[in-house]
Amino acid sequence: MSMPFYVSPEQVMKDRADYARKGIARGRSLVAFECRSGVLIVADNPSRTLSKISEIYDRIAFAAVGKYNEFQMLRVAGVRHADMKGFSYSREDVSAKELANAYAQTLGQVFTHEMKPYEVELLVAEVGGPDDDHAEMYHVLYDGVVMDEQNYSVLGGQADQMIESLKEQYQPQMELGDALKLGAKLLGTDGAALTADQLEVALLDRSRPRRAFRRIKNGELGSLLE
Amino acid sequence: MSESSALPLFSPNSDPGPSFADVLRRIAPHQLPGAGIDTPATLEIPHGTTVVAIRFGSGVIMAGDRRATAGYMIASRRIEKVFPADDFSGVSIAGAAGPAIEMVKLFQVQLEHYEKVQGEVLSLEGKANQLGQLVRANLPAAMQGFAVVPLFAGYDTARERGRVFSYDVTGGRYEELDFQAQGSGSVHARNWIKAGWTEGLDADQATGLAIASLFAAADEDIATGGPDLVRRIFPTVAVIDADGYRALSDDDVEARSQALLQGAERGGHES
Repeated sequence: MSMPFYVSPEQVMKDRADYARKGIARGRSLVAFECRSGVLIVADNPSRTLSKISEIYDRIAFAAVGKYNEFQMLRVAGVRHADMKGFSYSREDVSAKELANAYAQTLGQVFTHEMKPYEVELLVAEVGGPDDDHAEMYHVLYDGVVMDEQNYSVLGGQADQMIESLKEQYQPQMELGDALKLGAKLLGTDGAALTADQLEVALLDRSRPRRAFRRIKNGELGSLLE
Repeated sequence: MSESSALPLFSPNSDPGPSFADVLRRIAPHQLPGAGIDTPATLEIPHGTTVVAIRFGSGVIMAGDRRATAGYMIASRRIEKVFPADDFSGVSIAGAAGPAIEMVKLFQVQLEHYEKVQGEVLSLEGKANQLGQLVRANLPAAMQGFAVVPLFAGYDTARERGRVFSYDVTGGRYEELDFQAQGSGSVHARNWIKAGWTEGLDADQATGLAIASLFAAADEDIATGGPDLVRRIFPTVAVIDADGYRALSDDDVEARSQALLQGAERGGHES
């Protein structure tokens, strides 16, 4: 009987992390910022039907980059988790923090125990009500690491360069149009901003009474980018 | 499982799809409406009474009285029996109040859950069928005396008109042409609406007809509550049209009820 070669746990984890990172880097990025109206999420996504950004609960949105089938499954699991919790307890007991932790548990578990890690990065964002200016953004990595991010969050392979530019250009309480233009510029290459048909955009709109999530598309998107 | 903080994940061949009721059935069946009811009711439980739905020119009106009774006792003077199901539809309930309210809550989550998972809204007919399945699932409890019979109405955005659906305890779903009433006072309410309904009523006239029909039901049926001027309790009324679901304010319904009570009485006196 042949003995398998010894591979150190460090090497196993590093190989898995490299594998996941490469998968994520192949996809397109997305960026989210806190702005005057709430949390704006802008994704480089030319598809009109396959979304990267979606609604999870009354004040909670989900966004992801990486492998579509994997984050799609996680998105649906998140909707089920949130609806289950809201149904069993109360709508106000559903929180982005708890959901981000549930995602971290699942991603961490898969990263260490399964054949292949998920090639995804997730964002779980939440806004407060009309008279409440709090906002939360949790960035969950492929290995289950959770980061509580302030002001902005960038997901995807090109995140490092984008964060550098954001540090200079981000301003608190930006108007919706300005935030959107900044997002389109950051996601574009060589200084050329992405156009309306290359973007998927959604807003967690603080001023809306119950369900804060709203897609910005077609005419509205075009006129905000002008 | 419902207490667990882990994500509910399913393998592809056992995935419950966009139905929240199926997710619940899979991971927390004890939370389904009517779950665990397996013996006949031997004590009086609260029942909701009269609700009506009336189609008018550009939408529908839903209305309900505010009384719940347990036998000869008034269980509640202020119960709500008309609820929004989503932006363009409403549901009202008659029957065992506890399971009925649970069913409405599940139905609301069911519609929103479908919308979030699928990324699109169900057709009005699809929503009506979903409610029928929930009523059907309650049949074992109905047989023990916990029957729930809802009315469902909404604005069909594809056909651009209001539609009314009624149900029987077995989940049978019937689309009504113009109006329907449900609950203990329903015969009186329905007759009143029948006499007053014409094609092309506007929202205002249909609202007046709904309030008058509930008054007629309260006049003849002890389980239906009339306008309570002392405590200022009035029927719940909602309008659903191309602008969506909106409940009338208490002040609005109070003013309409006052006007009705101060108007000349229609018909004669039996004694």
